[in-house]
Amino acid sequence: MNNYFKVLRPGINSTFQDLGRFGLQHLGIVASGCMDQLSFCNSNKLVGNKISEGALEFAYQGPLLEMNGENALVAISGKVNFNLIKKNGETIKGKSNESFQISNGDKIDILSTINSVYGYFSILGGFKIEEVKGSVSTLVKAKIGPNNGNKLKIDDKIYFKKSNQTNKLKKIEFDFDQDNVIRVMKGLQVHYFSKNSQDHFFSKEYKVTKLTDRMGMRLEGVKLENIVNKNIKSEGITKGSIQVPGDGQPIILLSDHPTIGGYPKIANVITADYDKLVQKTPGTIIKFKLVNLSIAENAFQDYVRKF
Amino acid sequence: MLKKISNIGDCGITCDFGDEVNKNTNKEVIKLFNFIQDSVNRRKIKGILNYTPSYNKLIINFELGQIKSNEIIEFIKSSDYSKINLPENTKTVEIPICYDEEFALDIKRLEQKTKLNFKEIVSKHLETNFFVYMIGFVPGQPFLGDLNKNLYHDRLDTPRIRINKGSVGIVEKFCTIYTFESPGGWNIIGRTPFELFNINKTNTSILSPGDTVKFESISKKEFTLFKNE
Repeated sequence: MNNYFKVLRPGINSTFQDLGRFGLQHLGIVASGCMDQLSFCNSNKLVGNKISEGALEFAYQGPLLEMNGENALVAISGKVNFNLIKKNGETIKGKSNESFQISNGDKIDILSTINSVYGYFSILGGFKIEEVKGSVSTLVKAKIGPNNGNKLKIDDKIYFKKSNQTNKLKKIEFDFDQDNVIRVMKGLQVHYFSKNSQDHFFSKEYKVTKLTDRMGMRLEGVKLENIVNKNIKSEGITKGSIQVPGDGQPIILLSDHPTIGGYPKIANVITADYDKLVQKTPGTIIKFKLVNLSIAENAFQDYVRKF
Repeated sequence: MLKKISNIGDCGITCDFGDEVNKNTNKEVIKLFNFIQDSVNRRKIKGILNYTPSYNKLIINFELGQIKSNEIIEFIKSSDYSKINLPENTKTVEIPICYDEEFALDIKRLEQKTKLNFKEIVSKHLETNFFVYMIGFVPGQPFLGDLNKNLYHDRLDTPRIRINKGSVGIVEKFCTIYTFESPGGWNIIGRTPFELFNINKTNTSILSPGDTVKFESISKKEFTLFKNE
């Protein structure tokens, strides 16, 4: 028997992701992967999968899915408002970060993320999706990944594997970091910016703008004054780098970033604060706090304890 | 020569080979790139996620839970990689190009700037053995050099919103081939039907950093009939 979900509404940006596709950046292929690693891993833990199993990532409004097949254990992680609509028409308010059972004909309606951007949907046993170069992450821009590298579309069928494991309901106490302070380290070209601009950047407020997606997050704030050169020789880019083009407004490069780039970089977001950052919705006011490598490495130790 | 190694955030390092953009500097970058790739493949170092060469730098990304930057820096400094002779795996690739006016969008602009006529521009472009400095921005897009000096020109003042896949563009001493339809500000002189990038093939990207590219002129009819072997 085929087990699948029919996509009745795809949502805004619903893609399969895992922890990323590595070892190919020298050919122009960025790692991609889930935006919020902790939420992603939680969705797998909730159903008893290995934490790296491919899951469905959605942003803001998620999909409406109708299940066809045998009973299955699923979970939605993040802070998500959703309903489980039973085959008999009964609507049950969903609880994120708690696994639940679904049956043939049930629908899952992922209405929206709450004060956050990304959420994840996992199923015990995993989705039946093909790896491309060792990963099921989707890079829509280059059409790389399962589902021919596309976002979910209406009428798509998402097949899932049948698991023989026992279905154990599970719950994770989870909350995002509420504060809006993002820790950063100095970027390679921090000295391209005037002393004043550096002081501004590391102390003043920046607004997350609507021009934000899986590739990057554009910020709006004090214009940064470049005193050296508005361009650099193009060089490899790292996730979380904060580049400043000629207009003086910073852009944080996120998981689907271009692999090389020619703008000077004032700072880099530390690994421990990346998940917190990507969940900030447009309009949020954030502040950067300058830290050094040893603080960043210690913060990482605290971060991995949450997994 | 490797001049400086610096941290990029807490999970990246950059190996800086100086400010010059030329083949010799880039060959040094590619030597270290080959060494790191080989070390990763032979499991001599763990936790490395990506290694990205550019004109004068190599950037290495790693998994913070597996390794720390000081260990990688130590690994590079303690290995005499410049003396290691890795198998020479670079190759020369012939790429067909059609200079038909439908594709050579900026030929007039180049004629004005270079004071050369169309034929002269084409022959200077064809005579060059291009070196692949780096690949990226988007999947498979090569950055080639060095152009004949007489063809140097700046970027367009206003970049085009859409450049077709396969378009060949030049800026300053560099030449690129657009592997995806994208915006861009390069002077477009022709188009290739040759598919440089295909994620579903084992050899995803035909070109690698360090390879050589030679263009071969084809007619519009040949362009239409062309299929990748």
